[in-house]
Amino acid sequence: MTITNQYTEHKADTVTVAKTEPDQFDIGDWTQTVGDPLLDDPRLSARNVDVFYADNQAIHNVSLDVGKNEVIAMIGPSGCGKSTFLRTLNRMNDSIDICRVKGEIILDGHNIYDKSMDVVELRAKVGMVFQKPNPFPKSIYDNVAYGPRIHGLVSRRAELDEVVETALRKAGLWDEAKDRLDKPATGLSGGQQQRLCIARTIAVSPEVILMDEPCSALDPIATARIEELIAELSENYTIAIVTHSMQQAARVSQRTAYFHLGKLIEVGDTDKIFTSPDHKLTEDYITGRFG
Amino acid sequence: MDKSHFDRHTSAQYNAELEEARKNLMQMGGLVEQQVEDALKALMEMDTALAQRVIETDKTVNDMELEIDEECTRILALRHPAASDLRFVIAVTKAVNDLERMGDEASKVAKHTLELADTGSGPQGYVELRHIGEKVRQMVSQSLDSFARLNTDSAFDVLQQDQAVDLEYGTAIRTLVTTMMEDPRTITRALNVMWSLRSLERIGDHARNVAESVIYLVKGKDVRHIKLDQVEAQIKKK
Repeated sequence: MTITNQYTEHKADTVTVAKTEPDQFDIGDWTQTVGDPLLDDPRLSARNVDVFYADNQAIHNVSLDVGKNEVIAMIGPSGCGKSTFLRTLNRMNDSIDICRVKGEIILDGHNIYDKSMDVVELRAKVGMVFQKPNPFPKSIYDNVAYGPRIHGLVSRRAELDEVVETALRKAGLWDEAKDRLDKPATGLSGGQQQRLCIARTIAVSPEVILMDEPCSALDPIATARIEELIAELSENYTIAIVTHSMQQAARVSQRTAYFHLGKLIEVGDTDKIFTSPDHKLTEDYITGRFG
Repeated sequence: MDKSHFDRHTSAQYNAELEEARKNLMQMGGLVEQQVEDALKALMEMDTALAQRVIETDKTVNDMELEIDEECTRILALRHPAASDLRFVIAVTKAVNDLERMGDEASKVAKHTLELADTGSGPQGYVELRHIGEKVRQMVSQSLDSFARLNTDSAFDVLQQDQAVDLEYGTAIRTLVTTMMEDPRTITRALNVMWSLRSLERIGDHARNVAESVIYLVKGKDVRHIKLDQVEAQIKKK
């Protein structure tokens, strides 16, 4: 996870819009997102976001708000753009050369795609947890201490110890890891590694945590612990999670957004989406009628 | 939502399980409908043999309730149904419960018929019984039909009929009370008629519940305990 300056050069200004024929998308009479994508007091706002991989448009005009201390789940069939969209929220797509983003993502009143935005700082504010646990080949302690060190958040060792302990406690890993902080992180189990990655993310005090299928490589018990953790973290953080498990989306989130072929089809309270969604595509997907 | 809606899952096995539950519900519905019809016929014609059969059928109805409930539990546990599938399973579970209770009430009518046959027949309450009975039988049939066709208009009609039956029931009870006061010798008989009326009225209520389940299933709206005009508005809403 080396962050270099190449990411601060964003290509949004040089985007040319690929012409898209509506009928190439088999989504019936889609005209606009059903439900309530916008909120009164959002933490993070996406406005008219288009994402292109070379000439292919992966995301079509998505506008979506994420509320404070809210867990929002993004679901949809493979290739629907949910991960792509999630990655635009902290400019993770910058690392892909052919990827271009149009539109605005507003965090704390600033468009994160502004040229003046410091991407390193942005990614401290908007942290990310990936599908496969990816601890650094360092000790458990150093994994968590890495962020605070490079961001210069602490000046003394004692302070750093405290940050590491707090992060590990919040991630529910402290009891298991406190006696082996100097041991390699790769020696932890998959579920522990994933919680370590979450600890590493929250060690830099982010505002928003993005999770891209954080449990798909974990067993049911480790999954349950992560889900429990998501519920606890949502008291202090805003969380956007992409998941293929609809039951997981139903369990952990307050709002659910359904993506289909790069379009945001429906957004609504999770209860509503899973009992009586308004859009037929949402209905078909969550009831297992295609995909 | 149309009937084919339940037949388009990626998993054909899942389709088959839902279809099985639907089929069994309809079969149970048919049995209960017959039970209600027979109970009425036995009452009107004082046919004690038929009344006995109605009481015996109740066992089959109870068994079917258990069987379908078990099926639904299995679908919930293994398939984790969502949205319309979830509503379908919930609606089936509720409808099965209501059908079983209808069966119970039909047996009660049959038991009162046997008692009435013992005490000897008389004209009091006969017209009301026939009238309310016929209406209720119609409601049962229509509620099942609206479930099979997923037809909310027809289900709403059942709700309206139930209101009419409730009114008629009130009137019939008042008439019977007057009869009892005028001639205490009729009390035993009038009570049996009253209880039969009560059972029929309850069957109507259960038919109404089934119809409400249909509206929940199709529209995703819970229309229990609200006024009819509000129900109508919910149905019309897209």
